[in-house]
Amino acid sequence: MSQDHQHDHDHDHNHPHAPALTRRSFLQRSSSVTLASAITVTSAGALLNSAEAWALDVKALKPQTMKTLILLARDIYPHDRIADRFYAIAVKGHDEKAGKDAALDKAAGGKGYLTLGWEEERVKLLRKIEGSPFFQTVRSGLVVSLYNQQEVWPILGYEGESYSKGGYIERGFNDIDWL
Amino acid sequence: MAAKYDLNDNRVVVIIGSGAGGGTLGNELAQKGVDVVILEAGARHEYTDFLNDEWASFSQLAWTDNRTTSGSWRVSKNFPNLPAWIVKAVGGSTTHWAGASLRFQPHEFKTLTTYGKVAGANLLDWPLTLAELEPWYARAEEKMGVTRTGGREALPGNNNFKILKAGADKLGYKECHTGNMAINVTERDGRNACKQTGFCFQGCKWGAKWSTLYTEIPRGEATGKLEVRPQSHVLKIEHDKSGKVTGVVYADKDGKIQRQKARIVAVAGNSIESPRILLNSASSKFPDGLANSSGQVGRNYMRHMTGSVYAVFEKPVHMYRGTTMAGIIRDESRFDPSRGFVGGYEMETLSLGVPFMAAFLDPGGWGRSFTSAMDDYPRMAGMWLVGEDMPQESNRITLSKAKDKYGMPVADVHFDDHPNDIAMRNHGYKQGKAIYEAVGAIRSFPTPPYPSTHNLGTNRMSAKPRDGVVNSYGQTHDVKNLFVSDGSVFTTGGAENPTLTIVTLAIRQAEHMAGLMKAGVI
Repeated sequence: MSQDHQHDHDHDHNHPHAPALTRRSFLQRSSSVTLASAITVTSAGALLNSAEAWALDVKALKPQTMKTLILLARDIYPHDRIADRFYAIAVKGHDEKAGKDAALDKAAGGKGYLTLGWEEERVKLLRKIEGSPFFQTVRSGLVVSLYNQQEVWPILGYEGESYSKGGYIERGFNDIDWL
Repeated sequence: MAAKYDLNDNRVVVIIGSGAGGGTLGNELAQKGVDVVILEAGARHEYTDFLNDEWASFSQLAWTDNRTTSGSWRVSKNFPNLPAWIVKAVGGSTTHWAGASLRFQPHEFKTLTTYGKVAGANLLDWPLTLAELEPWYARAEEKMGVTRTGGREALPGNNNFKILKAGADKLGYKECHTGNMAINVTERDGRNACKQTGFCFQGCKWGAKWSTLYTEIPRGEATGKLEVRPQSHVLKIEHDKSGKVTGVVYADKDGKIQRQKARIVAVAGNSIESPRILLNSASSKFPDGLANSSGQVGRNYMRHMTGSVYAVFEKPVHMYRGTTMAGIIRDESRFDPSRGFVGGYEMETLSLGVPFMAAFLDPGGWGRSFTSAMDDYPRMAGMWLVGEDMPQESNRITLSKAKDKYGMPVADVHFDDHPNDIAMRNHGYKQGKAIYEAVGAIRSFPTPPYPSTHNLGTNRMSAKPRDGVVNSYGQTHDVKNLFVSDGSVFTTGGAENPTLTIVTLAIRQAEHMAGLMKAGVI
């Protein structure tokens, strides 16, 4: 767990001042969602992002729930240059493992997580639950499911596999020119 | 044609593990006409099978069999079942290592004499001096093709090194170069030259980096006197009424329990499995574990004071291009207690790819302070601090309550930093930051130790049997025909990466062992 956040005590236990948080409490959606998100829900119940031209079939979770998970993933690891579709791919594994419990939405005061317009508000909420098993499961999964996507690597400036290209001996291994 | 020995052939030397110690010992003995069986827990992947992909490679090569951890170290909190990043495959950790091949310094064999008693530390002088080891070091450097030794040229510096050097020059450091690396600059010894590929940790697909997998092992096999049995997971070592070891019990690739008889057994399973095997070999004659009359088996576990410093610059660096670790500043490895600690540390270039940077830059971290660092990845440079950590009796490998699939207790790795380790690490963070800031770094990140890649000390050498487990030849004090051949024999850790010293000791041990065999002593 991170040592450098605002709380002054350890996080091996759930916070006494936040509700016990499990997957379902977080994912219970509110009925009115007015978030300016590019993701819409089709009549067939899939998630659609026309601007990015992708769609995601949602099997077990409700589409709004998956939409919330995508936003949660982005709030945990916010990269403004990484499009929603990569976060969607990163969390779609949770679709198979939909659980049955308690409320991030409850901590948000009965409104949906998606209705909190500012990242700052949402992150404040997340800090209250960051010790919870649910948060830790999502976060630790993202370390691999987000950052191990080969298409994310060039966005972050990493060139990936090198042997098939003959290594970097002729591709700039020592090309720094500003020292 | 490779050898194949019968399970009941009790003429053989059985070596447990095929890495820097076991692989080298096996070849050296085979070259002298000794019959050898190496039992390796892992599978055999040839170097063409290696993967330029951090997580895929980790799945292929890393030891991921369960271990437990305890103590106050952060690794236990963030990676409770992964105390070490080492290898389960033929070649051992020489497949994964970066190639850094440094000799110990003279005073590092005499830490108790040099540093004096340090409260809470179990310091002890080695029963060996640098002068005694020098001819063996030279043989190891020749065997491995270590750069900047034996007349061999240096590797060229990559972008990450150039930043390190620029900062070192600004701070007045005098000993900064591209390291003593067991990596071919030109074709040598039947192996390719380095192509600056940037995946050293994932196994060298060119074979340019030295590894027992494609040097010692095939050479030993070619004599007809070495058999390497992969997927042979040793469970315990057996002995007779007189206390002489007689054979090794292992699970084969089908999970069937087998027993290989042996004239001599050499344990080279790295510093977590080696003491675990000895402890799991307890019997009525050796109730505290085989060769453990001193109680030191498993104790004095050292992992080097480590930590990393990454820093972000305004312009591109692309630190991942090229060798992972060919760059070093040696000035801080000196003994100079005016800095507030005994022992010293090396500063070595290091790079991780995006997948591993996300996992290890700040384990558990999240939010914008973390992602803004990741966004700066192509403008990052990085270094790894490697320093002498204090041996403490309470840092130890013990048998956990958890059991493996064969019913054997797994290893628990207990570690707490010593105040000297903390003082040294903080000094290293400060100096690392200063180096990068001298070249214009806008942010720097002191990064905590990774799961340990250097694991040492748990069957340590000692002059007196009550202080350790083995003598200067790695022969156990208690059992004449039982040897230890890996980094667990290190009495203290020094500031240097351990592989060169492990190979050196194995070459010397082979000569000694063969001599004892010829004289009929064992």
